[in-house]
Amino acid sequence: MTAKTLFEKVWERHVVAPETADTPAVLYIDLHLTHEVTSPQAFSVLRSRGLKVRRPDRTLVTMDHSTPTDTAQIFGGKPIALESAAKQIRQLEQNCAEFGLDLIGLKDDRRGIVHIIGPELGATQPGKTIVCGDSHTSTHGAFGALAFGIGTTEVGYVLATQCLLQRRPKTLAIEVSNRLQPGVSAKDLVLAIIGRIGVNGGTGHVIEYRGTAIEALSMDERMTVCNMSIEAGARAGMVAPDETTFAYLKGRPRAPQGQAWDRAVVDWRTLRTDPGAAFDKVVELDAAAVEPMITYGTNPGMVAPISGRVPERPGDTVFARSLEYMGLEPGELLRDKPVQVVFVGSCTNARISDLEVAAKVLAGRKVAPGVRMLVVPGSQQVKHEAEARGFAKVFTDAGAEWRESGCSMCLGMNGDTVPQGQYCVSTSNRNFEGRQGSGARTLLASPATAAATAVRGRVTDPREFLN
Amino acid sequence: MDPINVIRSRTVVMPSSNIDTDQIIPARFLTTTTRDGLGAALFADWRYGADGRPNPEFVLNRPEAKGCEILVAGRNIGCGSSREHAPWALLDFGFRAVISTEIADIFRNNSLKNGLLPVVVDEATHAWLVANPGAEVEVDLPSTSLRLPDGRSVTFPVEAFARYCLMNGVDELGYLLKQADAIAAYERRVG
Repeated sequence: MTAKTLFEKVWERHVVAPETADTPAVLYIDLHLTHEVTSPQAFSVLRSRGLKVRRPDRTLVTMDHSTPTDTAQIFGGKPIALESAAKQIRQLEQNCAEFGLDLIGLKDDRRGIVHIIGPELGATQPGKTIVCGDSHTSTHGAFGALAFGIGTTEVGYVLATQCLLQRRPKTLAIEVSNRLQPGVSAKDLVLAIIGRIGVNGGTGHVIEYRGTAIEALSMDERMTVCNMSIEAGARAGMVAPDETTFAYLKGRPRAPQGQAWDRAVVDWRTLRTDPGAAFDKVVELDAAAVEPMITYGTNPGMVAPISGRVPERPGDTVFARSLEYMGLEPGELLRDKPVQVVFVGSCTNARISDLEVAAKVLAGRKVAPGVRMLVVPGSQQVKHEAEARGFAKVFTDAGAEWRESGCSMCLGMNGDTVPQGQYCVSTSNRNFEGRQGSGARTLLASPATAAATAVRGRVTDPREFLN
Repeated sequence: MDPINVIRSRTVVMPSSNIDTDQIIPARFLTTTTRDGLGAALFADWRYGADGRPNPEFVLNRPEAKGCEILVAGRNIGCGSSREHAPWALLDFGFRAVISTEIADIFRNNSLKNGLLPVVVDEATHAWLVANPGAEVEVDLPSTSLRLPDGRSVTFPVEAFARYCLMNGVDELGYLLKQADAIAAYERRVG
């Protein structure tokens, strides 16, 4: 028998019709995550063609991108401030009613960022194919699923047929040896990986993260790593399921129960890359050498250790323009740069362990004067847990704003934005120009770095607070 | 969608690498429920000043950009968000093809689904195009080739099925719907 990679095993299980020279494979999709922003035009296509949703039971629908994080606008009867967002939310409610889909709606206790609630509900499972009209669908690969983002046209295809037309991508193994040092997080690791292979280093590939450093990560941490696979250009990132995965999933509402659970685990144990299986490309990295990282430019590949300096690249006009946007000089120290905003949130870093580490740094301390800190839990479940465990009180006592769950300031669609020209240390995934608001200057970092920076009001190495 | 054959046009050049889909259309324009009229928001943060007036320096605001259907962009255009609003905005503005040395996966897929042709060329051809903005070129889908004004021609890759669909105005969803029996058989098999 040929040795196969994890990706190949999951791919082959889902081929409805194999690819030929003339036609792509028809690939079956086990789980379709849907939200308000990238679905309305797909429902319109179904409506105009008289089509139904083929598998409502395989479609998980919620709202997260344009939803308010202000409690009064969700639970207090106050109107949603942004009229276009309110309309988009109503449209999703109507579409779900018309097409017979269960909706995890605005006031639902299970609501949250779609990439956080999929795993939380146990809907995300090893070996599944998972898609969503959102590029950060790569998050779910942390469970050994093949999960990738699609556009709205393809959202329509999946709603109508539960399938996609796909050419088989290439594979890239990222082997991470040793262990992360104390105070260095999964976010730092993935930023270091993107810094190494570049924002196009994974284009055309599915990444499998492997090695002792990856095996040692919790599920929350694996999700952070897989989440940012797209920032290296890869469609998907995967981690082979193991005991950590099974322990996370066991007992979750949509995970298999009883004997079905036992059978599932037996099957999931086979989802590992066989010894001798070949990848198209291999990259090796030493986790022990990774430091807390922070971005300085306008894509996630423009990243350096927090103790480092902005690189100098004379003659590179694109690089120079990026630094001009950021208001930074080549050779400038990153540490101690004053910031005005700190955002802890997003599908990258708004799970309970992210809030835990931020609370650990902030406990007994205050957000520096002149700094606005916004903490947005990834889901209502995360919110409740953070409140029960006292993290929320740490944030509010420190002077941070504590909100309802959603994508919020990661992309500023709901009105949570960073003002023109201001610096924001953000635990999100993209430092693109204008991502957090027109003219906003984003520095991507871990929750620990974000919290440490909030305390000082300047870019700060979190190890000063943690170790 | 109308079939695509040959696109002949002058080019607009945006040489920056890694032009992400947040630049092509910023997130604040995504609270729409239709795909119409997004051309007005194309490159909004680069195209308009803080006062909402067009920035005269920006390439798409220059008179010579008017009527151009081919965008030449730096390496790795379309990285980032999966928003299909990006190709919708480019098409609504009037573009029919995007040329680069590398085009991000999801953006390329989304473009093909909407009749915006992603054209990947070699470094030398790209360097020539960047150095000659406004050149009249021909993107020929049947022969998958790009012809430059001096008669030189280079081929570019297009996935065979996407090319067939684009040239014949064939609807991929219709093709998938015809797989209903195979899909049902798969569902019976895997449970």
